Amino acid sequence: MLAKRVIPCLDVKDGRVVKGINFVNLRDAGDPVEQAQIYDREGADELVFLDITASHEGRGLMLDIARRVAESVYIPFTVGGGIRTLADMHAIISTGAEKVSLNTAAVRTPEVISEGAKAFGSNAIVVAIDGRKRLDGEGWETTTHGGRQRTGLDAVAWAKECQERGAGEILLTSMDTDGTKAGFDLELTRAITDVVSIPVIASGGAGALEHFSDAILKAKASAVLAASLFHYKEISIQEVKDYLMAQNIVARPKKTHQVGTYI
Amino acid sequence: MTKITIIDYGVGNFRNVQKAFQVVGAEAEITDSVEAVNQAEAIVLPGVGAFGDAIDNIRARNLEQPILDAVKAGKPMIGICVGLQLLFEESEEIGHHIGLGILPGKVIRFPENELTVPHMGWNQIEPEREHPLLNGIEPGDFAYFAHSFHAAPTNRDDIIACTEYGQLYPSIVGRDNVCAIQFHPEKSQQVGLQILKNFIEFAG
Repeated sequence: MLAKRVIPCLDVKDGRVVKGINFVNLRDAGDPVEQAQIYDREGADELVFLDITASHEGRGLMLDIARRVAESVYIPFTVGGGIRTLADMHAIISTGAEKVSLNTAAVRTPEVISEGAKAFGSNAIVVAIDGRKRLDGEGWETTTHGGRQRTGLDAVAWAKECQERGAGEILLTSMDTDGTKAGFDLELTRAITDVVSIPVIASGGAGALEHFSDAILKAKASAVLAASLFHYKEISIQEVKDYLMAQNIVARPKKTHQVGTYI
Repeated sequence: MTKITIIDYGVGNFRNVQKAFQVVGAEAEITDSVEAVNQAEAIVLPGVGAFGDAIDNIRARNLEQPILDAVKAGKPMIGICVGLQLLFEESEEIGHHIGLGILPGKVIRFPENELTVPHMGWNQIEPEREHPLLNGIEPGDFAYFAHSFHAAPTNRDDIIACTEYGQLYPSIVGRDNVCAIQFHPEKSQQVGLQILKNFIEFAG
């Protein structure tokens, strides 16, 4: 049986891992490569790196980090943040990352989704959707720039379009629940899993064990993602997996024996 | 110990595969040279992206015949992901493509109406028969998959292990000196590395 994935997210700024409330008041804690190695050994199923200031700043540091991560972990990882062109995607994939995550660029020029899918396969193309409740309360719209910019684009229709354009996965973050620790946005997540057949990673709002099982059982997410919760060791990946397994959700148990020089 | 030759046909980054072989103690080179493939002791046919692009690039680099010659000469070979699919006769991924035809059968899409496709994430390996590649692998061990198409071998005997996704489909196949795995061993921690270690031993 396919396991539901537990994915720590590492928000990276200027080569360091950071995580704050709603992308402001960032707290600094850690070297991303070292952190990635720890997560790999702790049983993370996958890693996501988001270069959160890439829209404004240079990308050289993130490429170097991705190359070093590829040398040190034996799980897949995705890199996102500020990726605009096929050349940007190529640079990321060339580091050894499995997937690139597109956000603002996909909204502005949706053709990049299909260009990426054609060049690297749908499996390598994730579209990150930052959804937010519309001001009139009717449905959700897609936002960019860490939720600061509303686009008017319906998040559910956009998710469907991303799939049609060749995206292999949706990384769905609710900007309403992100940083609140009050649980994933189940309503938004379910609205999207109901209309797409590609995997959806639920993100934003995890604060307790039952939030993870809710995202999977109630909102039909294929994977669950959290950043600060894991980063500040409030809940461990193992605790999440043990809890999921206790709810009869298939999760991958961690192995600890040595093979070659890897342990 | 046998040197491992990883065939690079210009689609994707195979440093991860090389690194994984090195971690389990093998000397592994990445090459797109016909000469190097002709001289290889053991071959790895990796793969990412679409079947059509992969096979076109192999042909454009004149690597098809050296691969077929190596198989015929009895050299150990392992296909990975799309590299597994390339071993079969044909694929229906974005059009119709002729594969290497080393194993009889074709490559088909997962039924999309009931399943989340791509099949992405960690899924379980269920052995169908004994094979050196499975040494130290427990039934139900998890490996990392990312694919929308899978092999449908004509001969049941070519199936080494299956994985359940909607239905059981073959995730490890092989015959004589040739074997192949649908998942990514370089991204499957201990389970993937154990299988690469087993291949090195299989290759002698």
